[in-house]
Amino acid sequence: MKKTFLLLAAISSFALTPFAWANESEVALDKAPIDVSNHESLQRGARTFVNYCLNCHSANYMRYNRLLEIGLTEKQIKDNLLFAGEKVGDQMKVAMNKADAKKWFGAAPPDLSVEVRARGADWVYSYMRSFYRDNTRPTGWNNTVYDKVAMPHVLYELQGEQELNHETHKLTLVKPGKLSVTEYDNLVGDLTNFLAYMSEPAKQQRNHLGWFVLLFLGVLLVLTYKLKKAYWKDIH
Amino acid sequence: MTDNNKTGLADKLSKGLNGGIAWVDDRFPLTSNIKAHLTEYYAPKNFNFWYFFGSLALLVLVLQILTGIFLTMHYKPDAELAFGSVEYIMRDVPWGWLIRYMHSTGASMFFVVVYLHMFRGVIYGSYRNPRELIWLFGVAIFLCLMGEAFFGYLLPWGQMSYWGAQVIVNLFSAIPFIGPDVSEWLRGDYLVSDATLNRFFAFHVIALPMVLLGLVAAHLIALHEVGSNNPDGIEIKKQKDPVTGIPLDGIAFHPYYTVKDLVGVTVFLIVFSAIIFFSPEMGGYFLEANNFVPADPFKTPAHIAPVWYFTPYYSILRAVPPFPGLGFIPPSQFPGVVAMGVSVAIFALLPWLDKSPVKSIRYRGTLYKKWLAAFVVSFFILGYLGTVPSNVWGQFGSWLGNADRATVVARIFTVVYFLFFILMPWYTKKDKTLPVPERLTGTE
Repeated sequence: MKKTFLLLAAISSFALTPFAWANESEVALDKAPIDVSNHESLQRGARTFVNYCLNCHSANYMRYNRLLEIGLTEKQIKDNLLFAGEKVGDQMKVAMNKADAKKWFGAAPPDLSVEVRARGADWVYSYMRSFYRDNTRPTGWNNTVYDKVAMPHVLYELQGEQELNHETHKLTLVKPGKLSVTEYDNLVGDLTNFLAYMSEPAKQQRNHLGWFVLLFLGVLLVLTYKLKKAYWKDIH
Repeated sequence: MTDNNKTGLADKLSKGLNGGIAWVDDRFPLTSNIKAHLTEYYAPKNFNFWYFFGSLALLVLVLQILTGIFLTMHYKPDAELAFGSVEYIMRDVPWGWLIRYMHSTGASMFFVVVYLHMFRGVIYGSYRNPRELIWLFGVAIFLCLMGEAFFGYLLPWGQMSYWGAQVIVNLFSAIPFIGPDVSEWLRGDYLVSDATLNRFFAFHVIALPMVLLGLVAAHLIALHEVGSNNPDGIEIKKQKDPVTGIPLDGIAFHPYYTVKDLVGVTVFLIVFSAIIFFSPEMGGYFLEANNFVPADPFKTPAHIAPVWYFTPYYSILRAVPPFPGLGFIPPSQFPGVVAMGVSVAIFALLPWLDKSPVKSIRYRGTLYKKWLAAFVVSFFILGYLGTVPSNVWGQFGSWLGNADRATVVARIFTVVYFLFFILMPWYTKKDKTLPVPERLTGTE
């Protein structure tokens, strides 16, 4: 009967090992440089987001004045990020309506408030760097991370044009843009960092507060344990 | 003030308090209830680690109700607004993120605690005579909790909420003849929609919590009537002090177990807080990434999986092959649905399946222990397989009809899962048990 148990243990360890051949179709993603405590990076990311993304993509759950948290002043927000008479307490909405967007692009651009929580920062970071020229697509653009994506390459002036080698599945820059490869990667890194921050603005406060809560509970544990010992000293 | 004045004041205060209590006692059984359930409820003195989870389940229930009340103040049960209202809670409601994470983490931790509580009942035979009703109330609480979790999971109105509800409600349509009508009646629509969200909200915030509270009360009343079991599986009421009538191995629940449970509560809160403050998603097991995409009835996710606490039963559902159809009887998924239902309900039969002369695992033989180990392994493997697509391990070769490896493994462990129950009368009777002592073996 010992054998039965060993067999069960063997099967269970086999079962819980992640297998190499699982899900190989997924593209390898690059690691996004996320640091939501880096306010300068978040501010640069916010600028890119408002200038390039916020024309089609909304961030309906994010308010402009939340950016006070990442070190911007109300005046800076008003002067640099509000273009269409929005109030500083407004949410980051777009004028384009969903039905029109669907007609124009084939799919309505999703709201980006919690995009990083849905797809992961690495996905966003890789996606924004993986557009390539594909003239079979209506927009002229395709993406190795999101095949047949409806979105055109909005940042192509900055990145330039990439081409896909269909044999090696590698992207090469065939026409440079305004930015060097490193500069562009940094720009997308900052943008992703901002999207990560925006997906859960309270995260830093949460992590910070957590240490105090655990410290308090640690002290409480010592006290409750001593209390228990004191009450139980006569029980044998 | 002099010392005399101080004692005078304390005397007056305690006299006033006693007077107040006496006034209440004349009108309501306050003192007698405190005695019956706390200060003169005698519990075995050898409760160990496994005995923390009952009081912890009660703690989580209270936390869920309190955080739930505050969430209800800001949440909108409306298909257009629900997703946004949760994000509003996370961002604009003061401390809303904390309340929401407490509630979402609480849901998963409720199942962690309840599963451990149930496992305690299994290993120490707490379901055995005379505690069958406590066990049955407990199984009813478990079923109710599953319903509560299922209804609540729709409310954030993300993709996983939506399609999870769609899949589960569709299970009912596999019932022969009346199935399609039943699932339509449950949804209140032809597909999961605003009508479904509204009724699930009603079930989640009022209907099931009321049933749950009633069942918990019944569970505790039944427990305090017969008294607690213990790791030795011995009835402490058989050995009473001839003068006081107090069980020799019993100690008053208050203060002994209240102070002990405070330690358990603190340790639990440390784990609970660590999750809330540092990893509320728990790697996608407590909050799934796909649920941060708003529900879209036109876009089916590639992989739909329930939350981890349902996955063992979900695995069983997927593992059981469909009825292939015979003559005029159409093919049907009904066998899988039945197997899943039975896999949960079968816990209720434990008091009558277990024929062992002893209650506790401490005095059982190796045969029982092996079956229990096989069951635990099955539960975990089925649980894991329920979280992943069935092609996760690829396929067997043509010698096994190119069957998915994971499906074959799930089928084997589904059989083990059920054999644990079906063969229990046989192996518990055949098992070589050890002699049970007269008195409890020490304190922990």
